[in-house]
Amino acid sequence: MNEDPSALLPELLMLGGAVIGLLTGAFTRRDRQRAVAWICGTALTGAAVATAFAAVRPDTMAFEAYAVDPLTNVTRVTVAVATLLVVVLAAGWARGNRREAEVYVLLLLAALGAVVLAGAGDLLVFAAAYLVASIPAYALAGFAEDGRGTEAALKYYLMGAFLGVIMLAGVTLLYGLKGTTSYMSLAGAPGAAAGCGILLLLAGVLFKAGAVPGHFWVPDVTEGAPPVVAAFVTTVPKIGALAGLLRLATEMFDGADAGWRPLVALIAVATMTLGNLAAFHQDNVRRLLAYSTISQAGYLLIPVAVTGQTGLARPALLFYLAAYAVTNLGAFAVVVAVGRDSLAGYAGLARRAPGLALALVVCLLGLVGTPPTAVFAGKLLVFAAAVDGGYAWLAVVAVLNTVASVFYYLRWIVPAFRPGEPPAPAPVATRVACLAATASLLLGVAAALMLTRG
Amino acid sequence: MLTIVIFLPLAAATLLALRGLGGRRAIWVWIAATAVDLILVAAMWLGYRGGIGHETRLRWIPSAGAGYHVGVDGMSLPLIAMTALLFLLCAVYSLRGTERPRSYAALFLFLQTVSIGVFAALDLLLFFVFFDLSIVGMYFVIVGWGHGDRARSALTFFLYTFLGSLVLLLGFIGLFLGAEPHTFDLTDLAANPPFSGSPGSAAPVLIAIFVGFAVKTPVVPLHTWLPPAHTDAPAAGSAVLAGVLLKMGTYGLARIALPTLPVAWQRYAWVIIAIGVVSLLYGALVALAQENLKRLIAYTSVNHMGYIVLALGAAGLVAGDVRARELAVTGAVTQMVGHGLVTGALFLLTGVFWDRARAYELNRFGGIAANAPILTALTAVAAFASLGLPGFSGFIAEFQILAGVIGAGAVVAGALAVLGILITAALFLRVLRKVFLGGPGELTGRVTEVRPAELAAVAPLLALSLIIGIAPRWLLDLIDPVAAALVALVSR
Repeated sequence: MNEDPSALLPELLMLGGAVIGLLTGAFTRRDRQRAVAWICGTALTGAAVATAFAAVRPDTMAFEAYAVDPLTNVTRVTVAVATLLVVVLAAGWARGNRREAEVYVLLLLAALGAVVLAGAGDLLVFAAAYLVASIPAYALAGFAEDGRGTEAALKYYLMGAFLGVIMLAGVTLLYGLKGTTSYMSLAGAPGAAAGCGILLLLAGVLFKAGAVPGHFWVPDVTEGAPPVVAAFVTTVPKIGALAGLLRLATEMFDGADAGWRPLVALIAVATMTLGNLAAFHQDNVRRLLAYSTISQAGYLLIPVAVTGQTGLARPALLFYLAAYAVTNLGAFAVVVAVGRDSLAGYAGLARRAPGLALALVVCLLGLVGTPPTAVFAGKLLVFAAAVDGGYAWLAVVAVLNTVASVFYYLRWIVPAFRPGEPPAPAPVATRVACLAATASLLLGVAAALMLTRG
Repeated sequence: MLTIVIFLPLAAATLLALRGLGGRRAIWVWIAATAVDLILVAAMWLGYRGGIGHETRLRWIPSAGAGYHVGVDGMSLPLIAMTALLFLLCAVYSLRGTERPRSYAALFLFLQTVSIGVFAALDLLLFFVFFDLSIVGMYFVIVGWGHGDRARSALTFFLYTFLGSLVLLLGFIGLFLGAEPHTFDLTDLAANPPFSGSPGSAAPVLIAIFVGFAVKTPVVPLHTWLPPAHTDAPAAGSAVLAGVLLKMGTYGLARIALPTLPVAWQRYAWVIIAIGVVSLLYGALVALAQENLKRLIAYTSVNHMGYIVLALGAAGLVAGDVRARELAVTGAVTQMVGHGLVTGALFLLTGVFWDRARAYELNRFGGIAANAPILTALTAVAAFASLGLPGFSGFIAEFQILAGVIGAGAVVAGALAVLGILITAALFLRVLRKVFLGGPGELTGRVTEVRPAELAAVAPLLALSLIIGIAPRWLLDLIDPVAAALVALVSR
């Protein structure tokens, strides 16, 4: 048994960064709390670097409950980089707030929870990670202390608590069946009770992933919470939840009754279709993006449905996750930079800030899946996985949904090229948006590096 | 060298986007970049020695067998040359003035990179990347510089063709998964066709690929995006859309579907022939009923592309004479080049009407020959070239297609196609009579003579069509070997 804590170095770095950040924040003057952002940023960078070193070592199972394999490693890097981008965005927004340090610490803790969701090899670790990923996010959602933020936080919390309890019921049921909570030992648990346990377990995962039927919080939180927080909660927890779900499906569901595959496929269809249809007539860009993230969760569920039937499922999911994270953060960074919520508020952006407008076009067309952006490579892999895994119809549905999604993304792009007078964009957020857009293009071109590792 | 030809326009576009050049200077940079590109293409043509020339092959996603693989042969080289020429002349045409010239030039340069990229790509993914980006570029041209109900037309265009391209992508994934070992490389796929063990699964893949390209071509009944997109696009945009973007559909059929799915293509050859015949007759008949000049020309494109689909379908008739099938394919490629030249010229000429009178309705014009003899002459020549009068490229192409199709055994289809030519002749004569002859219409007074920039843009296209029509050997000698190779590939 591997009990070497260094296998968990990236997680420990994130935890250590959060603790040191919290202590530093408590003993620092309010105008110097920016130091905490640097601490958290360093911890995240350290975690990404440590992962790079961990990736060259052979796969291992730490403490018999935590898998260190490519799935975990890619999630670690993706989460660390995405959170780092959010921390930079947050540094502009939270500056001068009397609880500035808490923002960074809460972001870091929620990110840690997301990573552990992906690495967990035991249902109890998974449940703990669920709470670590959720509770800081509830606090962040209500951070602005205004009416809408409070409402968003309350909805988020109630939904999360409700579905979390259902998930815990599933864990209990499965434990009762086999007397263990380890994924490997639970694999192949037969019968209706095991199927029921899996179903209950899905409730919590779908909440974190923002997929149907656990999606109701997404639009309200995205609209009500501060935009930086919205960027975070629609991106990072989703990465952890979907990577974790892939592990659950590969290691645990696969032996059970085959009925879960069509179920996941149907959830995927419902999620992408509902997200797209609801996004059609949104005039608020944050609600539009919220529904877009729901539909993206639908595409991301496709590789989960075919895992084990095709070798493409894991690279497809991981690549799509990384691509989605960068692209979605880029789109949110544009919202943060411009600071307007209505589609009409983006008129004149192309004239006022051509770079930012270009970043918006790249990110939104990226979310559509236009080559050569990263999401195109992700979608290509997802479609290929679906066809190869015997779910060609799912690929067809995804194609139809992709075409439908063009409509609402264009509704946002077109006003940017009309005449108008938008406010001066925030410089830091503009840079983050341009960086994310560039990264989305580079990742698409450099797909090779990711795929050979995946 | 080919890579430079592909990316030179994009580099020029980046330069335009970064440096704040004034409007007029931006157009001159655009002309210079396209002219250099055309010279490079000419040099490539002179240096071409058969087979796949100017090839570059770099690995991109090794595990997926995808890479940066470009090269030219007798089919892609003429199309690349036609593309480079048409873009240069669009730049010259825009000298007469346009709104926001800097972004306009940058967008067209981007489109040029994408279009040449499609014709040069020898890797399915690379092909798809360029193919899809052409939609994005054209969307912005229509929505930014179009007229009429442009937002709606552009959206229809985007959604319709994007759906087509994604169906195509599913087909490509099918080819990828059907090949052993899995690869996206076109030369490997053609050398070793997928689904050799299971012909049954080739049919859905062929359907996906055919539908994907049929939307772009377009083929009846998937053509409904075309008339509004053409009508509301700016003149140069229409010229590029009809001259270059439509060719991507038929080129894709010839380049990808034929060699990689030979068995399925043979089996469905008659279906494809029927689709081609319906398309060319329907396009011609609907064009005959149009009262809007630009819509009319748009529908003649449906007609002309129908001949190409018909010819490619006839190539799959293995029972037919090999020489005849090769003739049909040669005709199809010639038609692609010729149609690009002539329809490009026609659309640029409609731009003259819009510029002067802001209208396209045939019955509001009349007797223009009196005020604008050169415009009349150019339009008349373009119309005769388009209807396939001997002496122009259209005649060479359509004669080869009809002779090949009938020779390959599809006699009825060939006879019906002749009917299509007859209708086209009638409709162009009707246009000439209504617009240029007879008494003056309400807007005739506004139509003035062509300006030098317009003349310089249109005349070379018609001259080249005439040269191909009179002395086609230099072009046909290039196409013949690749047509023979294609027929050999599809007969496996």
